[in-house]
Amino acid sequence: MSEFVFLYRGGEAGRSPERIQQSMQKWMAWFKELSQNGHIKDQGQPLERTGKVVKGKQKTVTDGPFAEAKDIVGGYTLIEARDLEQAVELSKGCPILEVEGGVEVRPVMKLNM
Amino acid sequence: MIAVLTRIFGVSNLVLAEDVVQDAFCRALEVWKFRGMPENPSAWLMATAKNRALDVLRRERTARTFAPELGRFIESEWTLAPTVAELFAAHTIEDDLLRMMFSCCHPRLPEEAQVALVLHILCGFSVDEVANAFVSTHAATEKRIARAKKVLANSQRLFDVEAPPDVSERLPAVQRALYLLFNEGYHGASPETAVRLELCQEAMRLTGLLLKHPLGSIPSTHALAALMCFNAARLPARVDSSGNLSLLFDQNRSQWDQDLVAEGLRLLDASATGSELTEYHLEAGIASIHARSLSVEDTDWESIVSLYDALMTIRPSPVVALNRAIAIGESEGAQRGLEAIRAIPDPERLVRYPFYFAAIGTFELQSGKYQNAREHFQAALELARNPMERHFLEQRVMACNSASAQQAL
Repeated sequence: MSEFVFLYRGGEAGRSPERIQQSMQKWMAWFKELSQNGHIKDQGQPLERTGKVVKGKQKTVTDGPFAEAKDIVGGYTLIEARDLEQAVELSKGCPILEVEGGVEVRPVMKLNM
Repeated sequence: MIAVLTRIFGVSNLVLAEDVVQDAFCRALEVWKFRGMPENPSAWLMATAKNRALDVLRRERTARTFAPELGRFIESEWTLAPTVAELFAAHTIEDDLLRMMFSCCHPRLPEEAQVALVLHILCGFSVDEVANAFVSTHAATEKRIARAKKVLANSQRLFDVEAPPDVSERLPAVQRALYLLFNEGYHGASPETAVRLELCQEAMRLTGLLLKHPLGSIPSTHALAALMCFNAARLPARVDSSGNLSLLFDQNRSQWDQDLVAEGLRLLDASATGSELTEYHLEAGIASIHARSLSVEDTDWESIVSLYDALMTIRPSPVVALNRAIAIGESEGAQRGLEAIRAIPDPERLVRYPFYFAAIGTFELQSGKYQNAREHFQAALELARNPMERHFLEQRVMACNSASAQQAL
């Protein structure tokens, strides 16, 4: 088994409560399915859409990130899967895809010792 | 929650209150989808809304005028948090709901707009649900709600629920709003389900609140509460085990909730004082006859017709006329029922109502005019608003088909 991080980008912000409620149910169902099949290492947390960005040797602090809404990371989950192919397959069930969001699937780097 | 926040922000900042609630709600759902629902979601929402309210008050203290009567407490950081905490306490919330109920029923607003506002603000109805409750369109309802909010925002102060003349003046509109709320749950225009229990429960809860208030607890409120009990008692039988809609005529009456029937009878008794006879008294009277009848045949349809006659004189409407016609059909035969339906003066308002055509179809089926019956059920089917209604009407169409096939043999 290898570990992967799902980064959820874009999607839900600014939708009506009814829509979000429906989407919550889909997310909970999706997480439940993943966890029943033993793919969840850490379900993760949602992230606030803004914060601060600290950059460079000067350690400049700015508000942000001000990327486009569709690029902002809204949450993460730590996944266990056989390989990247399976992880990608799992990500296809994510409800964020129904609302023009995306899932970034990133293998966690590991060294075999 | 909007009621509490409007008390804090002032009625002129209604939109702000709505935004805070919406924001709290959306944040909650965002977290819950990862972490699952907490054990007490409403407490969680209240706490989130309270914190958001404090944020907003701090940020905009100088830019806006909030509730004038709370102004000085909100201005000082020392009193701000305790004041807001007090306003979010349970007993204050009940008062706030009442205050908001009455505020929504502003005399400068037409009655339908008042009701729309109660449904929208107090009961969290979406624009579509409000539109369905009024048999109206989305666009028209949206406009009506926006206009109503503007009137409310201009009224500066929330309604004072301690002032007797004002309470009595507005009470009828409040009762009517609760009545419509219950009906929306009971007759469900929602696309998914025929009955929405939570709406009926909400209406009963708010009516109970009104009964607790010394000025709200008058005979007509008791009658309204009785009516809701009788109808709610029938809810367990209204949808059968496979989720299909079951009309009064086909219901398994042993499933009726006898506790609610008893409570309804008690309330109806309590309503029988004073000189005022309201539509709630009459409707509760009709519902009580059904609730006490063991079967359709056993029902005293004659009394029901005469109660409908009385109802037509104090609150005539095409739907009441239709129900009266159905009762006439039951007591005097299908032919007389059909005549009564044809005699309804204002049928244009019924042509989007599936049960108008269904009623005609039923009587024609009973009189053996299968072809006509089929056409009317077909018309009703095209107007069906949810799968249960559709299924119910499809079965009727099939019944017509098999009846006419047998006739042909």
